[in-house]
Amino acid sequence: MIDTLWSLIDNDLPALQIALPLLAATLCILVRRPMAAWSVAMVVAWSSFLNAGVLLHRVLTTGTISYAEGGWPVPWGIELRIDLLNALVLLVVTGICAIVLIAAPRSIDAEIPREKQYLFYAAYLLCMTGLAGMTVTGDAFNIFVFLEISSLSSYALISQGRTRRALTSAIQYLIMGTIGGTFILLGIGMLYMVTGTLNIVDLANQLALVGPNRTVLVAAACIGVGVAIKLAMFPLHIWLPNAYTYAPAVVTAFIAATSTKVAYYVLVRFAFSVFRINPTFDGTHSNAIFMTLGLAAMFAGSLVAVYQDNVKRMLAYSSVAQIGYMVLGLSFANEYGLTGGLVHVFNHAIMKCGLFLVLACVLLRVGSTRLSAFEGLGRRMPLTFAAFVVGGLSLVGVPLTVGFVSKWYLVLGALDAGLWPVAVLILASSLLALVYIWRVVEVGYFKEPPEGADVVTEAPLSMLVPTWILIGSTIVFGVWTSLSAGVASAAARMLMGGVS
Amino acid sequence: MSATTAVGLAVVWPLFAVALIVVLQRWPNLRETGTLLTGGSLFAIVAGVILPEVQAGGRPRFDLWEVLPGLGLAFEVEPLGMIFGLVASGLWIVTTFYSIGYMRAHHEENQTRFYICFAIAISGAIGVAFAANVFTLFVFYELITLSTFPLVTHTGTKKARNAGRMYLGILMGTSIAFLLLAMVWTWLATGTTEFTPGGILAGKVEGTQLMILLALYAFGTAKAALMPFHKWLPAAMVAPTPVSALLHAVAVVKAGVFTILKVVVYVFGIDLLAATDASRWLTWVAAFTIVAASCVALGKDNLKVRLAYSTISQLSYIVLGAALATTAGVIGGGMHIVMHAFGKITLFFCAGAIMVGAHKTEISEMDGLGRRMPFTFGAFLLGSLSVIGLPPMGGSWSKWFLMLGAAEADQWVMMVVLMASSLLSIGYLMPVVVRGFFRPAPVDDHHGATGIHEAPLLCVLPPVFTALGGIVLFFYAGDIWRLLMGMVP
Repeated sequence: MIDTLWSLIDNDLPALQIALPLLAATLCILVRRPMAAWSVAMVVAWSSFLNAGVLLHRVLTTGTISYAEGGWPVPWGIELRIDLLNALVLLVVTGICAIVLIAAPRSIDAEIPREKQYLFYAAYLLCMTGLAGMTVTGDAFNIFVFLEISSLSSYALISQGRTRRALTSAIQYLIMGTIGGTFILLGIGMLYMVTGTLNIVDLANQLALVGPNRTVLVAAACIGVGVAIKLAMFPLHIWLPNAYTYAPAVVTAFIAATSTKVAYYVLVRFAFSVFRINPTFDGTHSNAIFMTLGLAAMFAGSLVAVYQDNVKRMLAYSSVAQIGYMVLGLSFANEYGLTGGLVHVFNHAIMKCGLFLVLACVLLRVGSTRLSAFEGLGRRMPLTFAAFVVGGLSLVGVPLTVGFVSKWYLVLGALDAGLWPVAVLILASSLLALVYIWRVVEVGYFKEPPEGADVVTEAPLSMLVPTWILIGSTIVFGVWTSLSAGVASAAARMLMGGVS
Repeated sequence: MSATTAVGLAVVWPLFAVALIVVLQRWPNLRETGTLLTGGSLFAIVAGVILPEVQAGGRPRFDLWEVLPGLGLAFEVEPLGMIFGLVASGLWIVTTFYSIGYMRAHHEENQTRFYICFAIAISGAIGVAFAANVFTLFVFYELITLSTFPLVTHTGTKKARNAGRMYLGILMGTSIAFLLLAMVWTWLATGTTEFTPGGILAGKVEGTQLMILLALYAFGTAKAALMPFHKWLPAAMVAPTPVSALLHAVAVVKAGVFTILKVVVYVFGIDLLAATDASRWLTWVAAFTIVAASCVALGKDNLKVRLAYSTISQLSYIVLGAALATTAGVIGGGMHIVMHAFGKITLFFCAGAIMVGAHKTEISEMDGLGRRMPFTFGAFLLGSLSVIGLPPMGGSWSKWFLMLGAAEADQWVMMVVLMASSLLSIGYLMPVVVRGFFRPAPVDDHHGATGIHEAPLLCVLPPVFTALGGIVLFFYAGDIWRLLMGMVP
């Protein structure tokens, strides 16, 4: 029985990554009851996660998977193509979706009216559809389509925040995101004009035949700028702090760990698979630009984070800085650096998602995420706060946490490229992370809550468990690195092989 | 039990104490018994199983896990680590007795947390001592920093918080900014971070780069309190005295100088340094720290702070021994880890006993106190002699070998520095003893000027024990020397 069922879907696993959440989103709207909608979302998210695991295993054992949608042969039909690079990203995205959902019911009860909750789950699944679609598709135009699906649904998710600032944040993100999407569409259009194809593999081959060309350069610039907006790459990050701060707590945890990561994947895909940038990419100094912006992001983001009074906003700026690390890793254009960038996608997703879930717990119990809300939390919510400390140390890059693994590869990349001042800057900026994290830790352990403050109890189990799954993972994957760093370095080797 | 198993076990052994402490936290006497039993058995493992193997020339090794390619958690005991491991585990027992007396007499709060963090820090120290490569050492080095932070900020006052900030900022800051960079660099140049007799850098890193790499290691290890990264140590004196005694005179700071010594011997190799003169500059930094810290100590009235500056000065003896890059120099450095440990822990124990017994922290208030607390001040005298480097105390031997090392390296200035430092240490330690025994007690002292009035027994016996240990070490220095000879091929 199970065997027959399995043989039915066995070959369609890539398509199910898109179809399943898309259909489930409509189902959520039909069932309307919050818990029923949540159950649908849970089943779909966890099966997608499982599916992503199977796909990664397949890629590792049998190589790249190509799936022709509707049976139309590639490159005329739309291809879903899963290689080492996006298999890892897919695992991260679906994994985060699944884990965050565990915490969702308790957290959104406090933020979203019950009668609207089924819409929340529908939007959540649509966003997941878009992100998974961007990741698995082998078609450049499809990337744009799925980008819009994920963006539109994330605007809706962000606007659900408790305060009215959520609406303006969502509008701000909408405007920036639409500009970004337009740039991407323009770029893809130009590439189609030059090559007559939209399939990514085919596109790369055709571009290699066409050779240097002004239209291609403009297309690269358009796509670069468009993706940079979605990625929140400094200085195009201005939508991010507001969106992260005012969105509902679980939405922040979800978007922070997935949306920018997929955008980074798209950037890497275009840079290394399509345009095949290298230090002399037609004299555009693209690597120098990425490096400068990456470094600027690391310092600007961290420095601003140090002065934030709202911890959620602080972590949002920290994300700007962490995105800088990823962009920097890409800019070294060597195997170590790219491994660092890719492994940081994995690592940053789990630690930042864990930290934002901690904030969701604090918001639920204390009612605020300002620094003053953390007074005495070390004693009042010991497990939640311990999660913050561990996640924070991981962000700093303490050994045996995931942050260390990322930092190791990034510094190796910098030294391998002969850029030792950059190596020093990477380490210096991680000290800034120590400063902004420790500010919160001190308040949590040494400040007493004001007289007459409400009694605060530990967060509910349904939120503590997902938080600690992620925070525990920051240690597990800091010690056992064959999955994260192993796949990332294999992917980097594959991509760098495309350069030479 | 085989020595290999023992090596792995010794590192996690103190964590059993953590489990016991958590389970027994409601019954303080049982809780402390748990710590003592763990400490005793740890010392038995280290001294009874591992030591004979290492003395026989073995290098018991325990590979735990490979984190990244070529970067694994592994332990291997060689003579230097053996010495440090013995000192840390042995003195942990003594300090636990002392802690019981001190913490209870002082009515300190959060004692469970105190004992837990203490045990984790010891695990960190053993991990550093037995680390088989720079990566493992780095991991446990950071563990020590993190686990001692709650001990430094134990009282939770504003002063303690500020001290904690400086403590974490300097120790973690330098280790991430410099030590990590040095480690990555070493790995990129050699493909390994394993400690190897004779070093791994020869032919891989050359010229000025070698000097820069050494600087990254030396300043990245701020636990060695090399100037200008020494400020955290006096600040850390805000911690309860047992912490100052074992951690900030032995485990934490010795982990720092141990790191420098080990890196010099097993990563650079003293032959390479001697041939290239790449460590010449470090002798000057160490010499400056020795003299400058001694001078600052002369001017401090708070006894614990004065002892802290004395520690900064003494730690640089060991850095100097490493930087001389001669056989006698590194042996003197290794031996000084033991000798200074016994001397300085005695002095801190006494400082705490004075605080508990007479509620005095400033040296200028200690007139005539020696006649009321003869055992405490007697121990203080012996500890001082050891730190100064006079017979019949063990400290005289380590200084002897350091002098010899300076002579071997033809660095006569460094011999002068060592002599001057001895004189300076007489200048800042002896006044305490002289005031205590020979000055009359102030008349308005209502504590009853007659008779002996010592601190509780558990605060007095440990310093007497370690002071006598300093004398024993004077006679058994030859055994330490024989063991340490095993680290230079």
